[in-house]
Amino acid sequence: MTNSPLTPGVVAGRLSPQAIAANFHDHEAPLDRHEAHVAADRCYFCHDAPCMTACPTSIDIPLFIRQIATGTPEAAAKTIFAQNILGGMCARVCPTETLCEEACVRETAEGKPVEIGRLQRFATDTLMAKGVHPFARAKATGKKVAVVGAGPAGLSAAHRLAMKGHEVVVFDARPKAGGLNEFGLAAYKTTNGFAQAEVDWLLKIGGIRIETGKALGRDLSLADLQKHYDAVFLSIGLAGVNALRAPGEDKANVRPAVEFISELRQSGNLSSLPVGRDVVVIGGGMTAVDAAVQSKLLGAENVTIVYRRGQEKMAASGYEQEHATSAGVRIVTHAAPVAVHGNGAVTEIEFAYTEDTAQGLKQTGETFRLKADTVLKAIGQTLTGAPEGLALDGGKIAVDATGRTSIAGVWAGGDCATGGEDLTVTAVAEGRNAAEDIHASLMT
Amino acid sequence: MANLTSNFVGIKSPNPFWLASAPPTDKKYNVERAYEAGWGGVVWKTLGSEGPPVVNVSGPRYGAIWGADRRLLGLNNIELITDRPLEVNIQEIKEVKRKWRDRALIISLMVPCDEDSWKDILKRIEDTEADGVELNFGCPHGMAERGMGSAVGQVPEYIEMVTRWVKKHSRMPCIVKLTPNITDVRKPAEAAKRGGADAVSLINTINSITSVNLDAFSPEPMIDGKGTHGGYCGPAVKPIAMNMVAEIARNPETHGLPISGIGGITTWRDAAEFMALGAGNVQVCTAAMTYGFKVVQEMISGLSQYLDDKGMALTDLVGKATPNVTDWQFLNLNYTTKAQISQDDCIKCGRCYAACEDTSHQAIAMSADRTFTVKDDECVACNLCVNVCPVENCITMVEKPKGWLDPRTDRPVGDYANWTTHPNNPSARAAE
Repeated sequence: MTNSPLTPGVVAGRLSPQAIAANFHDHEAPLDRHEAHVAADRCYFCHDAPCMTACPTSIDIPLFIRQIATGTPEAAAKTIFAQNILGGMCARVCPTETLCEEACVRETAEGKPVEIGRLQRFATDTLMAKGVHPFARAKATGKKVAVVGAGPAGLSAAHRLAMKGHEVVVFDARPKAGGLNEFGLAAYKTTNGFAQAEVDWLLKIGGIRIETGKALGRDLSLADLQKHYDAVFLSIGLAGVNALRAPGEDKANVRPAVEFISELRQSGNLSSLPVGRDVVVIGGGMTAVDAAVQSKLLGAENVTIVYRRGQEKMAASGYEQEHATSAGVRIVTHAAPVAVHGNGAVTEIEFAYTEDTAQGLKQTGETFRLKADTVLKAIGQTLTGAPEGLALDGGKIAVDATGRTSIAGVWAGGDCATGGEDLTVTAVAEGRNAAEDIHASLMT
Repeated sequence: MANLTSNFVGIKSPNPFWLASAPPTDKKYNVERAYEAGWGGVVWKTLGSEGPPVVNVSGPRYGAIWGADRRLLGLNNIELITDRPLEVNIQEIKEVKRKWRDRALIISLMVPCDEDSWKDILKRIEDTEADGVELNFGCPHGMAERGMGSAVGQVPEYIEMVTRWVKKHSRMPCIVKLTPNITDVRKPAEAAKRGGADAVSLINTINSITSVNLDAFSPEPMIDGKGTHGGYCGPAVKPIAMNMVAEIARNPETHGLPISGIGGITTWRDAAEFMALGAGNVQVCTAAMTYGFKVVQEMISGLSQYLDDKGMALTDLVGKATPNVTDWQFLNLNYTTKAQISQDDCIKCGRCYAACEDTSHQAIAMSADRTFTVKDDECVACNLCVNVCPVENCITMVEKPKGWLDPRTDRPVGDYANWTTHPNNPSARAAE
């Protein structure tokens, strides 16, 4: 007896393995050489280019596109990696529609920007496929730096520090490096084990040791790290998940969306991954979209994203929202969860309609219920396990422009720290900038 | 729909678009396809003397350069004259001409530089009913090494001599095709006229190497590891060709000598530009080789629409721009324009700024919010910003009225005055 989208409950194999494989295939096909040349031809090589300003890592986009156009994608890749060592992942997952491509003058001119993200992928894939690493380490400095958290910020910092000649040890609580690149994000954006391949490629610089299964506060203490290393960079992410604060939240099958995504990313066989028939995702960001779309792609019959404010306030870009609706996800806005119903496991979730008032968001008093055998919470993550004594600001580790925390010799970056949006590319920039500052302070 | 019927040195064709002597006109099959597509005439691919025909290479014979999106901008070839037997060509010409009486059919010729050779070939084509002959004094590759083609076209005395032989031994209209591989195109044109030519056609292809293979270190097209210069044509050569047409059209010695314009003509607009500069009709090759014979339909509809819009006849267009082609010394040095950037159209790419700031006169200001404005006190009106701007008509040159105080020179815009009377000119004549 095989399952279908109509099978009640939370079950695996709602679609055929072929259908699931097709659904989780590369979301946006890579450009081939000819397509890349056609796309590159459209770049105007702007002066002081707006795309470059819009990129959190300030990649010299006009230059790398010109290098593609002239048949040297390897040189283009080096231009990218010099600013953003995770340029391969960013090419896949950056919301380019709100960053470089939104700023592209051809978006102004024609409503059709140069395909910067796809061109970046063409260049980085070309170089990475050759298995070469384009950077070499500087002379050893004899300094040791500890990086806590092997996500984008930590990896970026580690690479830049290793390149400068320092010895780096990266600790991570999980069994694999990569952070959200490996455990978060939609699978169809980073197929064929790209996250791990990218980590392996990055480590070719040398001088970086990764120690997995080491959590701060459990296996490591900041004091010990400070004692044994010349500097510490914290990039521990946001491990906690916000609660719905609605009665019934503890019922079975009400879970964090990031947990579902992580399970999906680590599943060797998506046909064996259970998914509900009626999935409700609560939240309005990229995590909500990633969880909802992937539920649908696994064969859920009804998937609904419910967001408490208006659609224009959703953190997920218009492009992401459209992607969700075209995948068959329904988006309900101006509704806040008030109760989870069910006997043991969730069967329904109740929402109150909301409205924007001068006093802020208010519930109207009118409610409705959605059938749900799964509720995925995607209403934001929180910092947990921050070492004692570190100044926080708005629930994050307070840092200055170069990542310095309130404790001398300790830097922080990525989602756990203040500043910038919680994006892979922002984390990369913060890790890189902190590494430059660590280097400067270690060498004086 | 404007009447495009053309009469070029007595040769009638339903439109002024002829296919130039080249691979597209090498045989009956192609020529008939061209006529079916609407071409007004063809100049049959160059015939040589009787005897074993020339041979071509069996490797690549074309090279190219491309613009954005691989748009072909320039083509180069090392093909020789027809490599089919003379009798076959003559037989096919007869068949085609009898079937397509309303179309022009001109035969291109290239034989050794002696009177007997020319007399002989002219006799052989006498009864083909072809409308005229074109003397190929232009091909720069292969045949020139054998004393023909541009080897003749580069020596005005030879042009005159051969043209005289042709007029002596044939009653057909004679068009002399000129090579651009010379220093002053007026000289060969004058020689052709002295020899009795009914018209000149130009330009033939330009000596060129289009690319070098950076692995094999050979010019391309590459034949067994070696390459040779070829003849360059296509959109890239149009500016060179138009200048040469204009030079002949405005030269008092050759003024009025009919010109068949050739060189990168791709659209009706290109054709109209050649004709405005003095060409009585035009010949096309690369555009057909790139897009097929159907392109002539756009040329016909476009030229027709343009003439209708202007209320002009085809003959009105010919030479209409010739009087306005002048020497630099006669340009009005008091004519003053300034660049103006339309903020509504600007997409803020900053190319005008980079061009002006890095390579010109530092006459464009850039604000923090990427607003670009022209500084009138620095702008010399060079036009580079207009040329590099990706948005058509976003930057324009605005003419300043007489009396307007130019903040760059602190002088008001004055009446017409040129270099011949300018005080800085050591050989200036006193203004009258």
